[in-house]
Amino acid sequence: MAPILRSTSLLAFFVCHISLFFCFFASNLPISSGSEDSYTITGRVRIPASTVIGHAAKFSNIKVVLNGGQNVTFLRPDGYFTFHKVPAGTHLIEVNAMGYFFSPVRVDVSARHHGKVQATLTETRRSLTELVLEPLRAEQYYEMREPFNVMAIAKSPMGLMVGFMVVVVFLMPKLMENIDPEEMKSAQEQMRSQGVPSLSSLLPASR
Amino acid sequence: MAIRVFLLLLLFLSSAIVSFSLYEDQAGLADWHQRYIGKVKHAVFHTQKTGRKRVIVSTEENVVASLDLRHGEIFWRHVLGTKDAIDGVGIALGKYVITLSSEGSTLRAWNLPDGQMVWETALSSAHHSKSLLSVPINLKVDKDYPITVFGGGYLHAVSAIDGEVLWEKDFTAEGFEVQRVLQPLGSTVIYVLGFVNLSEAVVYQIDSKIGEVVAQKSMVFPGGFSGEISSVSSDKVVVLDSKKSILVTIGFIDGDISFQKTPVSDLVENSGNAEILSPLLSNMLAVKVNKRTIFVKVGGEGKLEVVDSLSDETAMSDSLPVADDQEAFASVHHEGSKIHLMVKLVNELDNVLLRETIQMDQHRGRVHKVFMNNYIRTDRSNGFRALIVMEDHSLLLLQQGAIVWSREEGLASVTDVTTAELPVEKDGVSVAKVEHTLFEWLKGHVLKLKGSLLLASPEDVVAIQELRVKSSGKNKLTRDHNGFRKLILALTRAGKLFALHTGDGRIVWSMLLKSQACERPNGISLYQWQVPHHHAMDKNPSVLVVGRCGSDSSAPGVLSFVDVYTGKKITSSDIGHSVVQVLPLPFTDSTEQRLHLIADTVGHVHLYPKTSEALSIFQREFQNIYWYTVGADDGIIRGHVMKSSCSGETADEYCFTTRELWTVVFPSESEKIISTLTRKPNEVVHTQAKVNTDQDLLYKYVSRNLLFVATVSPKGAGEIGSVTPEESSLVVYLIDTITGRILHRLSHQGCQGPVHAVFSENWVVYHYFNLRAHKYEVTVVEIYDQSRAENKNVWKLILGKHNLTAPITSYSRPEVFTKSQSYFFAQSVKTIAVTSTAKGITSKQLLIGTIGDQILALDKRFVDPRRTLNPSQAEKEEGIIPLTDSLPIIPQSYVTHSHRVEGLKGIVTAPSKLESTTHVFAYGVDLFYTRLAPSKTYDSLTDDFSYALLLITIVALVAAIYITWALSEKKELSEKWR
Repeated sequence: MAPILRSTSLLAFFVCHISLFFCFFASNLPISSGSEDSYTITGRVRIPASTVIGHAAKFSNIKVVLNGGQNVTFLRPDGYFTFHKVPAGTHLIEVNAMGYFFSPVRVDVSARHHGKVQATLTETRRSLTELVLEPLRAEQYYEMREPFNVMAIAKSPMGLMVGFMVVVVFLMPKLMENIDPEEMKSAQEQMRSQGVPSLSSLLPASR
Repeated sequence: MAIRVFLLLLLFLSSAIVSFSLYEDQAGLADWHQRYIGKVKHAVFHTQKTGRKRVIVSTEENVVASLDLRHGEIFWRHVLGTKDAIDGVGIALGKYVITLSSEGSTLRAWNLPDGQMVWETALSSAHHSKSLLSVPINLKVDKDYPITVFGGGYLHAVSAIDGEVLWEKDFTAEGFEVQRVLQPLGSTVIYVLGFVNLSEAVVYQIDSKIGEVVAQKSMVFPGGFSGEISSVSSDKVVVLDSKKSILVTIGFIDGDISFQKTPVSDLVENSGNAEILSPLLSNMLAVKVNKRTIFVKVGGEGKLEVVDSLSDETAMSDSLPVADDQEAFASVHHEGSKIHLMVKLVNELDNVLLRETIQMDQHRGRVHKVFMNNYIRTDRSNGFRALIVMEDHSLLLLQQGAIVWSREEGLASVTDVTTAELPVEKDGVSVAKVEHTLFEWLKGHVLKLKGSLLLASPEDVVAIQELRVKSSGKNKLTRDHNGFRKLILALTRAGKLFALHTGDGRIVWSMLLKSQACERPNGISLYQWQVPHHHAMDKNPSVLVVGRCGSDSSAPGVLSFVDVYTGKKITSSDIGHSVVQVLPLPFTDSTEQRLHLIADTVGHVHLYPKTSEALSIFQREFQNIYWYTVGADDGIIRGHVMKSSCSGETADEYCFTTRELWTVVFPSESEKIISTLTRKPNEVVHTQAKVNTDQDLLYKYVSRNLLFVATVSPKGAGEIGSVTPEESSLVVYLIDTITGRILHRLSHQGCQGPVHAVFSENWVVYHYFNLRAHKYEVTVVEIYDQSRAENKNVWKLILGKHNLTAPITSYSRPEVFTKSQSYFFAQSVKTIAVTSTAKGITSKQLLIGTIGDQILALDKRFVDPRRTLNPSQAEKEEGIIPLTDSLPIIPQSYVTHSHRVEGLKGIVTAPSKLESTTHVFAYGVDLFYTRLAPSKTYDSLTDDFSYALLLITIVALVAAIYITWALSEKKELSEKWR
């Protein structure tokens, strides 16, 4: 039973295979108990304290879902959950917790090995030696407001408008100073001779 | 140059902000979320002297919840799985809520204050049976009395502390059905009473400590039992015989069984069939005979005598011990628009402890259930409160002659939703009333500015929220310019129609369906009946509510026409035939009533409205009306066409016979239909063509007559985990419903359902499970028209050598081609919908209702078959996203943000008048509404727009102009002096 791989190299295949091999024989995965054809899957949800953000994770609001809604169970105070009467086969476990994203877990319940459970995270293709589920990442549902800074205002359209005006007001005179004084004089004279400057006089072609 | 740079910068800045997510202080501004629990099945009061008073309820929506008894708010609740129906609920040790679910095979304990699950025990079960939970009333907290549970053929004793099964006893013997498990108070003996083949009564005595059978007695009853049973005391039960005419008292004192027969006719004159009612009363039982409820007292030797008789419409509670070994019960009956609540002592029915009359809304229907609780008043007398469940599933608490609180729990089981416009503003009533002065206006905007710059203190944030809600005027009951204010009409399973306001989710009006033919019809579906254009006709719009008398599909239907503005019923009719399918036709009559066809079980269709005008319109289009039926059981899709009037069989001229036009038969050994879907009939498509990056045109194949069908191998129809990849395959079809032609077929090997799909314009997106990768996948199929693909040349268009004006008919063979692509998706899905806007210009978003009861908005651009691994520069400019193997889940794009729509069932979208914006309403156990702008609000300023900043800028600019002017004057003057 080789794992299905998409766009992963052969090397990755071997690594993954070896790890699966390992957990088959040397893991301490819970061996489920049960009658001939139905087994029990026991696992645990653990939320590392470092990832707790905003609304703290309450175990009472976390649901564990088997096979897309076939069974739904809840967590005990210590984070453990159990699915009872699960037939042998390949199952999917999902954890729903507000504020966290959990990878779905592929769980193989072996009939030959008396309900031995073998788990793999489907998102990262990482196989688990114990059925301890940790969130892949914390989820922030709101956009963070950026803290107040001058640059944000300066970057806003209106800030740019103000900036542009400032440039015009303070830098343009400086530019004027750099113009040759004689040319300036002639231009001023021309202006004086024409009286009120008209639009046409400003155009170079009309000169 | 500077201006050019500036403009470029501006463009860059405005395009950089593409995320449509929400800031935390914007939550609740355009959205609302309502929490419900469903119709209450069981209720247990917890009213100790210390701590908060609460009531623990379990409901038909598989919810267990703790409610505040003072205000009716939810302290906590848990929605169990869909197959995990709750059979019983109790409180153990004064601190745990115990629930028995899944036909008596799962026992859970929840912490009473916060709802944390404490333990969970799976109980063995062999076959379906009654499930009974008995939690001992614990007087001493430190002593652990075991909980006794019967379910699945086994009797279990479970420790309340840790859920350990102390012992279990097998009662799975052939034909033996356990009816009651009784334990006299303080006794160590448990009596298990059951029937063998409904003719022999068997009583087991079991030692409650070790679970051993101490004694077993059985006795054959010649007449046989009907199965109805009521336990009247710890050693007596009363049952009905198989003819429902004799009440048999079974006594089993010390294990000896005795029968005592009392014909019902001895108790009541001219009695018909009797029915034992469920309330448990001590030494008494309630029997329904001849449409009256009689109370029968059970004497010491099993003698029965009638002590009281009440009208039929009476609901009763179980009896409850009140002071001095006396038991009392509550009964509620109707009288006009009032209800009478009475609390009587069981022993002395004349002694009425409490008599209250309460005015009750007619649209709540009858009282279904009563749960009573008593408390000691300050003057040491008994006070009573009653929790009542009404016919519309609402939950009310009655105390001291008044309704203390009520919850509209009918909204937890919405079956169909539609939207309606609000009335137009009448002249003389101004909406945009200037409510505050300029100073206040400015102050508000300064506050908003502070908020957006993160300078606001917490008090300011509250003030901003209030201001926003107030200034938006979103709760008014009139139409607004942007179409943001609308009514959401929701039909519930109880047959009640609610109109909710999109602004704040309040109930504008509600109406309970009524019918002459049956007591209470079930609501099935809702249709827009009449939507008058308000410029043309001064008439209120109305909706058609289709209901049914009974749950069977062949039960007669009921049509109600309801005025949307007032919530009053215009007419209703018992149509006398069944309702299988309702087909809204694309025709309206002169009063803008839409024509509807209703198909019944015998293969006829009926035209509504029944007017001659509608008939003449229909006759004109007689040849052009097609519809299809999906037989999911036999795997056949049939196309139908009108044949003739069925005047030969009935005189009804609005009834028509039909004939089968085509069939698509799926081989039953390899394919089973699991999902079918069509486009929304009222969807607007803005453009027929799509321009490619290489200036190529693709014509969308937009047809209203496309049906999406998904089939799986019969083995793969079950749950995930029940099938191997080799055994299951998923096949999807696109079928033309006029001709039955299969336009496209796509097979996914090693995949299985459930399939959740959405169909819009020319594309279908569906979600299914890939067994090989063991991941969910989403596939998009886009269908394009090949026959018009030649019309790309401008000269052809100018010279008129194109076929764009040629009529499109479904009879011709369409030349289509499809494009498709698949992606992984990391979550199970409950439902998928798509946003819809007024003109269809705005880009679309998929709304994915995930297993976590959240709604994820995913841009359609992510499910575009033209995505490639390395898009060219031109493609990137067009907005094509590089191909990834899985679809992204961006937490900020959950439209439900920090809410969960528990028990999510469906998502409905409706356009607003503003093109960029769409209404989204999600229902399940909870309700959630929000407004979405899939490509940001490009056609209006956002609420966030800071007018204050604009104003300040302008003022600053004006000031700058004056200052520089003054400066230049000064300078000029000094130059002149020089």
